Amino acid sequence: MSDAGASPPVFLEQRGYRRRRLMDALRLLPIAGIALWLLPVFWPTVADGPDAPEPMAMSSAIVYVFVVWIGLIMAAFALWAVLFARRDTSADQDDEAL
Amino acid sequence: MTSVNQLIGVSLGYVIFLFAIAYLAERAAQRGKGGWLRSPLVYTLSLSIYCTAWTFYGAVGYAARSGMEFVTIYLGPSLVMIGWWWALRKLVRIGRAQRATSVADLISARYGKSNLLAIVVTIMAVIGVTPYIALQLQSVTLSLSIFSEPGGDAPLNQLIAGFWVAFGLAIFTVLFGTRNLNANERHDGVVIAIAVEAVVKLIALLAVGIFVVWGVAGGLAPMMEQIDASPIGAWDMDRSRWVALTALSAAAFLALPRMFQVMVVENEDERHLQIASWAFPVYLLLMSLFVVPIAVVGLDLMPAGSNPDLFVLTVPLAQGQVGLATLSFLGGFSSATSMVIVATLALSTMVSNHVVMPVWLNLQGPGAQVSGDVRNVVILSRRASILMIIGLGYLYYRFSGGGSALAAMGLISFAGVAQFLPVMMGGIFWRGATRWGALAGLCVGFSVWVFCSLLPSFGPGAVLSVATFDTGLFGLSWLRPQALFGISGLDPTVHAIVWSITLNTTAFVIVSLFIFPGPLERLQGAQFVNVFDHSTQARGWDAALATSEDLLIMTQRILGATEALDLFRAEAARQGVQGHLPEPTPGFLQQLERELTGSVGAATAHAMISQLVGGASVSVQDLMAVADESAQILEYSNQLEAKSAELSRTAGKLREANAKLTALSVQKDAFLSQISHELRTPMTSIRSFSEILRDTDGLGQVEKTKYASIIHGEAIRLTRLLDDLLDLSVLENGQVNLNFETGTLSSVLEKAILTAQASGTGALDIRRRHLDEAVTLTTDLDRLTQVFINLITNAQKYCQAEQPRLVIEVRQEDGAIAVVFSDNGMPIPPAARALIFEKFARISDNDEAGAGLGLAICREIMTRLGGEISFLGGPSGNAFTVHLPTQAALAAQ
Repeated sequence: MSDAGASPPVFLEQRGYRRRRLMDALRLLPIAGIALWLLPVFWPTVADGPDAPEPMAMSSAIVYVFVVWIGLIMAAFALWAVLFARRDTSADQDDEAL
Repeated sequence: MTSVNQLIGVSLGYVIFLFAIAYLAERAAQRGKGGWLRSPLVYTLSLSIYCTAWTFYGAVGYAARSGMEFVTIYLGPSLVMIGWWWALRKLVRIGRAQRATSVADLISARYGKSNLLAIVVTIMAVIGVTPYIALQLQSVTLSLSIFSEPGGDAPLNQLIAGFWVAFGLAIFTVLFGTRNLNANERHDGVVIAIAVEAVVKLIALLAVGIFVVWGVAGGLAPMMEQIDASPIGAWDMDRSRWVALTALSAAAFLALPRMFQVMVVENEDERHLQIASWAFPVYLLLMSLFVVPIAVVGLDLMPAGSNPDLFVLTVPLAQGQVGLATLSFLGGFSSATSMVIVATLALSTMVSNHVVMPVWLNLQGPGAQVSGDVRNVVILSRRASILMIIGLGYLYYRFSGGGSALAAMGLISFAGVAQFLPVMMGGIFWRGATRWGALAGLCVGFSVWVFCSLLPSFGPGAVLSVATFDTGLFGLSWLRPQALFGISGLDPTVHAIVWSITLNTTAFVIVSLFIFPGPLERLQGAQFVNVFDHSTQARGWDAALATSEDLLIMTQRILGATEALDLFRAEAARQGVQGHLPEPTPGFLQQLERELTGSVGAATAHAMISQLVGGASVSVQDLMAVADESAQILEYSNQLEAKSAELSRTAGKLREANAKLTALSVQKDAFLSQISHELRTPMTSIRSFSEILRDTDGLGQVEKTKYASIIHGEAIRLTRLLDDLLDLSVLENGQVNLNFETGTLSSVLEKAILTAQASGTGALDIRRRHLDEAVTLTTDLDRLTQVFINLITNAQKYCQAEQPRLVIEVRQEDGAIAVVFSDNGMPIPPAARALIFEKFARISDNDEAGAGLGLAICREIMTRLGGEISFLGGPSGNAFTVHLPTQAALAAQ
């Protein structure tokens, strides 16, 4: 739908620019999570047989999975704190047109 | 040692405590003091119904059997929450905008408020969730049986215990969930009770975990060592399961009816979702933090063959921690009850809105007034649905033997509800998704799930024969339930998930691509997909025949008398109408439909309103037809407008013509009076002088001659006048015959000057540039000469300068020729200039020689010849320009 109104500016002031990049980060976060949590698929396992490399130790696996988890949660929290904590919902309308 | 009776007492006390909290919360909400009930914290905690008894007991058992695989069940939802911006935000916004009461309602609303689709989704949800409810019954009875074993005096009959648990849960749900019919389908009391239960189960699991790590294993580092040394100490993971289960849990998190209930229906504020996006993963992380340690310690401490699903209970018991075990039991009890309550509520809403109510409404007969209190019917049908659903769960528990591992039962259920996901996501992101596509996708996916996942779960020979397992359905080897299309070697769960979702999505997309959606579907599709652009409803009602009173009666039956009255009063006040009955405007009907949707679902609300509005209910098809009609009318009116414009143009022209005719008539009268005057003057003098000649005797020869020459002169003047008139009339009527010849301009001028000078006084000094006049013309040379003679004669007659001078110039401009006759006489006054080419226009009154027809004739001649004559006044004289037609000059050149 073409709007007869003025076209949006091509470049934004720094605050708006920063905000949009943070929104990008928010969108990419689950993709990063998928990638990181997909990593265990490539670890050697017991099922690979005796000739395969030593399987990953369970303690390391636990540490890895939980560290990624904590990292994602902290990132999500930080992004929320910066982007939404002090804003009302009505303001997120304009984020549609990033 | 705690006896079962004590445990039951504790459980009952706990339930009464929950009920009290729920009751107080609902009272607070009714008094408008319920702000704290709807905080982000409560919202996040209510999401924890995702963690059921399966999580509480089953995760540990799962870990004891398959190591870290259990965690995939939490990774999927964590990813969905962290990626809330992608799907959840839209889902919640749509759910709120459309007042969706359940997954079935959402899907039916998206695909044109189709009740058929709602029924299919409802049945699938009931079938899919039943194993899950059975799972909760199983976990509660199992946990109870653990406490009964050591006593030994009265071994617990698990089936009977299961029945009583089911019965208790049903009562609990009926009391909690259907105390009133909320317009928004929100349950403040239930939500707060769930939040409390969420805290209880988290604390219980954390307490057991902390006890195991620091109390039994002796700290974090020894625990890690013990984990690595345990049977599950090495990474042993079916890779396809890791991926498939993560994806499945993410899908189920979005599609589970109970998750939809707490996440979308009970959502008060979209900001809560933002907070839950990081807070709920924290909860999930905490819930899974101690699972592996508990499993490892359980495997170490408990005798071989003990059920790993109950390590959460048996480990503290074995260590003599009865209090901790009781807390743990309460945690498991909380997980089971909260899940059963919400799942049953969600399902009963679906069953009652999409199955019972439509049937009941149909039984009422079309167009009949809705009789009786619908509110009671709705609540009754919900209660019956709750009993039926829990009953089904109990039957499944009873006939599945209660033997299968908790995790396996949970996964089957997940795979079943995940079949909604393609249709849901397709519905909110793809406008091309259609009802038949959705129906095809759901049916295909569900059939594959039943065949590959649900039926095999009962074991070979139970429902599906052993032969079917080995050689496939009807002996077709590519229809083996765990190796469809001959692809064997896949994990059965992964196999079922991959095939069901793939075939589901394929059928959904392909049928959608080929089916043209109905108008309502297209409208709803646009509303769903573009929910962030506009959150308005599709217009659908023509309220002309719906009376406000009928509407009020119906609304009272569904929303309750006071609520309905409040609603109508508010609308009446908004419309500025006295009393409590507002005008049934389309806008109000739409609002009403949405209010009713909150109570009975989109399809039923639509049906109820249409029942009242009766034949006047405007379906979107009708609207489209009306739109077509109005387009035709518009076109017709455009045509009319064009015609009317044409008519007014014609009228204008006629008026103009009339004015012209009137002017002409005036002109004609003037002309006639002028002409009679012109004719009378010479006639008078001729008559008088001829009378003198006839009647007077003794006239001298000189006098006779004088009078006769006067008569002669007047007769000549008369003749000339008549000649001119005749000439003009011929020219004006276009009857003139032009005699085209070729000659030079110079010769034409020469002839004209000679003729003019012969008849005039000859005092005029004529100046020419002969060089310019060497132009050959093809035109009526005689007529052109006549024009020139006229102009030169005029100059002779009227130029009153002391030394009259006429300059004749020939100009060539772009091939056109202009002959300019400029004299040095008195300029014609500006007021008279417009009239000089008119008939009988004479500048000065003392002119007796001319009749004032000369210039009029010149203009007519030039018009006939295709040129024109114009006048240009200047400060030192007058100039007449004769423009000769271009082709006249060119043809000659």
